[in-house]
Amino acid sequence: MEYNGEHLLPGQIGEWLILISLTASLTATLSYFFASKKSESAHADGWIKMGRWSYAAVCCSVLGVFSLLVFIIANHYHEYYYAWNHSSINLQPQYLLASLWEGQEGSFLLWNFWNCVLGFLLIRKAGKWEATTMTVISFCQFFIATMLIGIYFFGYKVGGNPFILFREQMPDMPLFNNPDYLQLARIKEGNDLNVLLQNYWMVIHPPVLFLGFASTIVPFAFAYGGLITKDHSWTTKSLSWTLFSGAALGTGIMMGAAWAYESLNFGGYWAWDPVENASLVPWLILVAGLHTNLIYKHSGYSLRTTYIFYILSFSLVLYSTFLTRSGVLGDTSVHAFTGADMTVQLLCFFGAFLIPALVLFFINRKNIPTIHKEESSYSREFWMFIGALVLFLSGIIITAKTSVPVYNLVFGTNVALPEDPVFAHNQVQIFIAIIIGVLTAITQYLKYKDTPRNQFAKKIMLPTVIALVISVCISIFGNVSYTEKGAGFLGAIYVALFASVYAIIANAGYIFTGLKGKVKTSGASVAHVGFGMVLLGIILSSAGKAVLSQNTTGIALFEKSKNEDPAENITLFKGLRTDMNTYHVTYQGDSTNTYDRKKYFELLFEPKDGSKSFFIYPDVLANNKGQEGFSANPDKEHFWNNDIFVYTSSFQQGTSNDTIQYRPITLQAGDTSFYSNGMIILNKSDLNPPDMQARLAPGALAVQLDITVISKEGSKYAVKPAIILKDSTLDIIPDTVLSQSMVLKFNRIVDEQKGILEIGIKEDRRMNDIVTLKVYAFPFINVLWIGIVIMIIGFVMSMYRRIQNMKLRAV
Amino acid sequence: MKKTHIIALALIAISIGVLISFMGSVTTYETIESAKAKPGRYVNLIAKLDKSKPFEYDPATNPNLLQFTAIDTLGNSIPVIYHNAKPTDMEKSERIVLKGRVKDGAFECEDILLKCPSKYKDDISANAQNVKTQMSDTTSSY
Repeated sequence: MEYNGEHLLPGQIGEWLILISLTASLTATLSYFFASKKSESAHADGWIKMGRWSYAAVCCSVLGVFSLLVFIIANHYHEYYYAWNHSSINLQPQYLLASLWEGQEGSFLLWNFWNCVLGFLLIRKAGKWEATTMTVISFCQFFIATMLIGIYFFGYKVGGNPFILFREQMPDMPLFNNPDYLQLARIKEGNDLNVLLQNYWMVIHPPVLFLGFASTIVPFAFAYGGLITKDHSWTTKSLSWTLFSGAALGTGIMMGAAWAYESLNFGGYWAWDPVENASLVPWLILVAGLHTNLIYKHSGYSLRTTYIFYILSFSLVLYSTFLTRSGVLGDTSVHAFTGADMTVQLLCFFGAFLIPALVLFFINRKNIPTIHKEESSYSREFWMFIGALVLFLSGIIITAKTSVPVYNLVFGTNVALPEDPVFAHNQVQIFIAIIIGVLTAITQYLKYKDTPRNQFAKKIMLPTVIALVISVCISIFGNVSYTEKGAGFLGAIYVALFASVYAIIANAGYIFTGLKGKVKTSGASVAHVGFGMVLLGIILSSAGKAVLSQNTTGIALFEKSKNEDPAENITLFKGLRTDMNTYHVTYQGDSTNTYDRKKYFELLFEPKDGSKSFFIYPDVLANNKGQEGFSANPDKEHFWNNDIFVYTSSFQQGTSNDTIQYRPITLQAGDTSFYSNGMIILNKSDLNPPDMQARLAPGALAVQLDITVISKEGSKYAVKPAIILKDSTLDIIPDTVLSQSMVLKFNRIVDEQKGILEIGIKEDRRMNDIVTLKVYAFPFINVLWIGIVIMIIGFVMSMYRRIQNMKLRAV
Repeated sequence: MKKTHIIALALIAISIGVLISFMGSVTTYETIESAKAKPGRYVNLIAKLDKSKPFEYDPATNPNLLQFTAIDTLGNSIPVIYHNAKPTDMEKSERIVLKGRVKDGAFECEDILLKCPSKYKDDISANAQNVKTQMSDTTSSY
């Protein structure tokens, strides 16, 4: 059948380019591998040349594939399934890139792209390590290319092709009998980008994170080179690369945290979600490797550990790729991809790097020099090694806990995460934080090899005392009292608080006392100050995190259990000022923005202490992709010491059409009647009550009812409907109980003698615009964000210095 | 033996201890029937929404109360009480994982995980389903 309006050329070119990148990366791998086997450079040169040309072909084809996919998405060629499935014609232009990496294929492509950049830099900078490092990079490119080919190989589908046509993807759909199917609204419109990803962080976070992921291959590649050539001098070159990787991966992870904080409503920046853990663990082990690498450079110890850490860091990136993309995580993760039958392929990817590297390591381990003399306990390398080991073990513990679904898969067991998975992590990691914090503080004051005892004690004394005083002050006056998990955990929080303050003070002090304020060499200290601030920010904001949206009816809906606080959501009725913790909150209105298709709620927060009131605008966005309902985006008000964080847990649009009738009931004073959610008591009727007299025209007669409404939750409301009689006209003044969605009116006097009156009750749940909120306070979260920035600056400073050093040595 | 080795071994031993205690704290997935046999134990139920039974959530009365009936693949069902806001898309979910305890014949739920058709993923069959339903249902619009 001929279809109208399809653009098939870009896809055909794209498919060819993917094949070229696949074969060229294989050629590059083999060429570089043979080059690395030749001991004399004269023999290797030919192979290197061939490797370079092949690699250039890989880069060109990857760039081509990338551009074509952008082109297809940007032009809304929805005959391509990927473009249809991940974007829409209404999507704002800045999210077109986010559409590109929403799917598996696009994010692999992103990884591919960064590998190209890294490979290019290595060819230029790696010198004698080019052949070995590029073998590894090309091999990785080969594996990623297999993820994109999407062909059947002996009945097993290999990868997913981003250029597959919609009608090839779902050939059975009847709409493809229509040659003009592209004109159908549903096709033309596109399936859209998942609303959770329509956030500016999603434009920038994935590229940075993937740069981080991709760059962990470089230390791995150097280590591989060292094992192949039995030459361990790569440890000088690797430092700047490892620092770069640490900075990129660290930034990427924390951008993800910022995204979670900004737009996901799991109530914070970190939830120990498997996807988060999977990116944190390689970073921890990379940083451990960075420190052992430094130890080796300065003292000759820890070379074997450096090998192991660098090998594991990249391998764990591959393992996390397997975890998050194979669908094995299933129920345990909020935002994992689910598998397009790639489980086996992803496992091969992981095994193809980890197993050969470990085998090479064990074959060569006797050739890796070690020092048998024991380190002094007053040496920097000793404590740095302990710190690196603790970081490594922390990573292993996190991985082991995250891998619960994998055990089920492998052993056929039936276990799930513990009752409180977040606390299961916190209760261990807080001790890791304590050890690392203290080690970060003291280790810089020690010298490599050995340190004179009294000199060390003298220098460390002042920062220790300052840190102790500050942390005790914060503990006492800083409102840090997290008693939910018992006194033991609170104690650990206090110690961790000290450790993080200690890390900040000691390292900041070291810049002046140890380095005499020399900026050039202070990168490590700056990074450590930042790291200490990150720890401090985490502790202060988590320990002091408070739910402000307590249900103010005062009724406990259920018993408070170990994990669940009752009633953490507050319901606001439009226009009704509601008491919430230290604020009065009013839901003033909502507005719909056609540009970003969001509905914003305007909430007025009036602090009870009389300070300046402010507005917070959480929003919701109608779900797409065949989902009903809405996704909530939080909003927050930043203060220097606190963030007020709000998201809508549900909302209800009031209806304006008034079809519900008043239900009449007759009552006498003192009578009780019922409504759907409680009871109504008529206390008395007042003739011309004083509070109405001002409104009465001369000669008018007012009868006002004094009614008490008691809801079954126990709330009492005074209601005063009235009638006003003037001449022969009757004016009815109803009164409402907004929170009960009820209107009461005084209909008529049935029997004047006996005092029998008729009132009308109208109940309509849909009467009001209602919004249900969850509100948190995160104290001192800015310490965390600033800490990250400082830490990354420290990484970059150190990296710059390492690169300068290498240049000097080269001269 | 070097000090570093001793400390390393001690740390590794502690880590193993931590992991063993973690394995002791893990919970299990249960069917409704097996969960009923263990009242008071924290379990994970894999079930789905029984759409023939009432689904009660009224934020105007109480935003922190959700009541519905869950049914599992074996056909057993149990009333569920969840003291929190209704998760978005709950009604659309094809499968739910409920975490909590059986208490007096009802499931006191502390956390709900939804398995929705094609949320943040390329679930092809689900997408095909979506396209089909939306093609046939011309009145649906948002």
